Amino acid sequence: MLETHDLTVGFPVRAEGKKAVLTAVNKVNLHIEKGDALGLVGESGSGKSTVGRTILHLNKSTGGSVIFDGQDITRLNSADEKVLRRRAQMVFQDPHSALNPRMTIMRSVAEPLILHTKLRGAELREKVGTLLEIVGLQKQFLYRYPHELSGGQKQRVCIARAIALNPELLVLDEPTSALDVSVQAQILEFLKSIQKELDLTYLFISHNLAVIRYVCNRVAVMYLGQIVEQGETEEVFNNPKHPYTRALLEAVPLPEPGQPRRGKPLIGDIPSPLNLPTGCFFNNRCEKAMAGVCDKAPVPNFTVENGRRVRCLLYDPASAPQVEAAAV
Amino acid sequence: MLHMIGKRSILMLGMLLGLLVITFSISHIAPGDPAALAAGPDATQEMIDQVREEYGFDKPLVEQFFIYVGGIFEGNLGRSVYTTRPVAEDLMVYFPATLELVLYSILFAIVLGVPLGVISAVKQNGWVDNVVRIVSSSGVGLPMFWLGLMLQLYFSLKLGWFPLGGRLDLMTDPPTAITGMYTVDALLTLRFGVFFEALHYMVLPAIALSFPALASIVRVNRAEMIETLSLDYVTNARAQGISRFRMIAVYALKNAMLPTMAIIGLRFGWMLGGTVLIESVFDWPGVGLYALQAVTASDFEPVMAVTLILGAWFMLTNFLIDIIYGVLDPRVRGRA
Repeated sequence: MLETHDLTVGFPVRAEGKKAVLTAVNKVNLHIEKGDALGLVGESGSGKSTVGRTILHLNKSTGGSVIFDGQDITRLNSADEKVLRRRAQMVFQDPHSALNPRMTIMRSVAEPLILHTKLRGAELREKVGTLLEIVGLQKQFLYRYPHELSGGQKQRVCIARAIALNPELLVLDEPTSALDVSVQAQILEFLKSIQKELDLTYLFISHNLAVIRYVCNRVAVMYLGQIVEQGETEEVFNNPKHPYTRALLEAVPLPEPGQPRRGKPLIGDIPSPLNLPTGCFFNNRCEKAMAGVCDKAPVPNFTVENGRRVRCLLYDPASAPQVEAAAV
Repeated sequence: MLHMIGKRSILMLGMLLGLLVITFSISHIAPGDPAALAAGPDATQEMIDQVREEYGFDKPLVEQFFIYVGGIFEGNLGRSVYTTRPVAEDLMVYFPATLELVLYSILFAIVLGVPLGVISAVKQNGWVDNVVRIVSSSGVGLPMFWLGLMLQLYFSLKLGWFPLGGRLDLMTDPPTAITGMYTVDALLTLRFGVFFEALHYMVLPAIALSFPALASIVRVNRAEMIETLSLDYVTNARAQGISRFRMIAVYALKNAMLPTMAIIGLRFGWMLGGTVLIESVFDWPGVGLYALQAVTASDFEPVMAVTLILGAWFMLTNFLIDIIYGVLDPRVRGRA
């Protein structure tokens, strides 16, 4: 249903007095089927939110394309854009800033309906009431203001607003990161259940691996604006191929204190997107990096078994013997 | 909401009483013998004592205070030694002139400042923004009277577009005093020629007086707009497909206007104080000029009265801003 082809987003910036381009998203290829929940995971600054915002036309892309139901939506006229707005909606990380403080809950949820449908008056109120019911809020909240609600309640309102127009795609940008842990579980449970009920497709952006694993059937791992690995969630989690994915999974804190760490923790920082490394973007932090190989040429994606794609020379069929030699 | 208004009103009354004590004390502790001044330079000690008794200056301070406060409640603000008329009567003439000037100034500052702030924020770092930022930064720091003098030099003396000072031409018959504000009275009495003339006299002093307010309104509004435009609910409004105009005017500006309202209120209060300078530059017969004359003549009852009015004005504008804040912002309504 949604595909991106070499999607690239650059922001013009000024660094040390010179104009430069910050490449936040670098030739990203994503593929989301109807009914999928694709998790987009990565460190802060990896460009995952930018991908979500660009898909919804909130940022301009500087290269590549986004195909939504066969139509390239990176170049839309305003009428087509309005249709897209109906079909794809967004839920933000911070529900406190995602609701207009001067609008009642009723008004906030009604806004998309007023904008795109002919519902008015009693019908509109009824529809908003039904939406609140779906997200598990009583009608008494209708005429409250956002500051009178808790974080979890606000996030439910945001979800009600996002599903008001029966969209097909929801971009969820860290929808639970700003909430208390107990509330996170409720919201995740709820997101999972409405996905089935309302036949929604999710692009679920998070840095939290456990959350992704719980909600998503597929996952894409981002590093420095690139997708380094994507595949079925369980396969990626049980058998991570890319050294970065492996490092991410190993970095998850263990519940038992005193247990030995699995593997070595990542060293160093994510490089600046203004000054991208040559070769594999991960080569300066990778424990498997092969000097003179990984830092030479850009690394393409390699397909390994059923739809699993990994951007790592270790999986290059052509250089497999060389890799084996290096590994020994 | 009512609860909030009630609480604020009581608070304001308390502050007003405090203000009375302060103005009274300062003017009575200050050096200078008003009785001697009133009696004139050639008066004998006897005459001075007589005046002292007449004005009640010989009574104990506390008693004088209670007489003063009691008088205020009866509308008696004392008597000006300099103009020899009751201060209340003087103020009835001078205050509307000042109020008119201040109202036009704040109106000008809002009508120009808010849109400039919005344009500056929306076209951030564009050329409009750069010009606006330079002008508003200098506006905050520029002394008002200097700006007034420069305007006079250029637009009155060099170009001759505007009169140098005053409220009307000396030959023009002022409109019948209804509110005391010439433009309003001229309209009410249908004397449109006088209306435009009064407006013409208003332009330079109003611009000079409004400039610091204009500059700070632009700065605050710009900063608030930039911040609000980056908030998620504005982004979400875009994701819903809301028009650019509605996004800027309803989602962003309505929320950015709250801090801007606060600065407008504050500036509106300060402006009245600023009239002392502007009125003396433009020879504008208002409260500021009146107070200036009174101060130089050690005529302390008018000074007390003007100080009281400025203070009360400041409190009133802040009170009104608080109420407007409550009306506009649901988050403020609950807590008082």
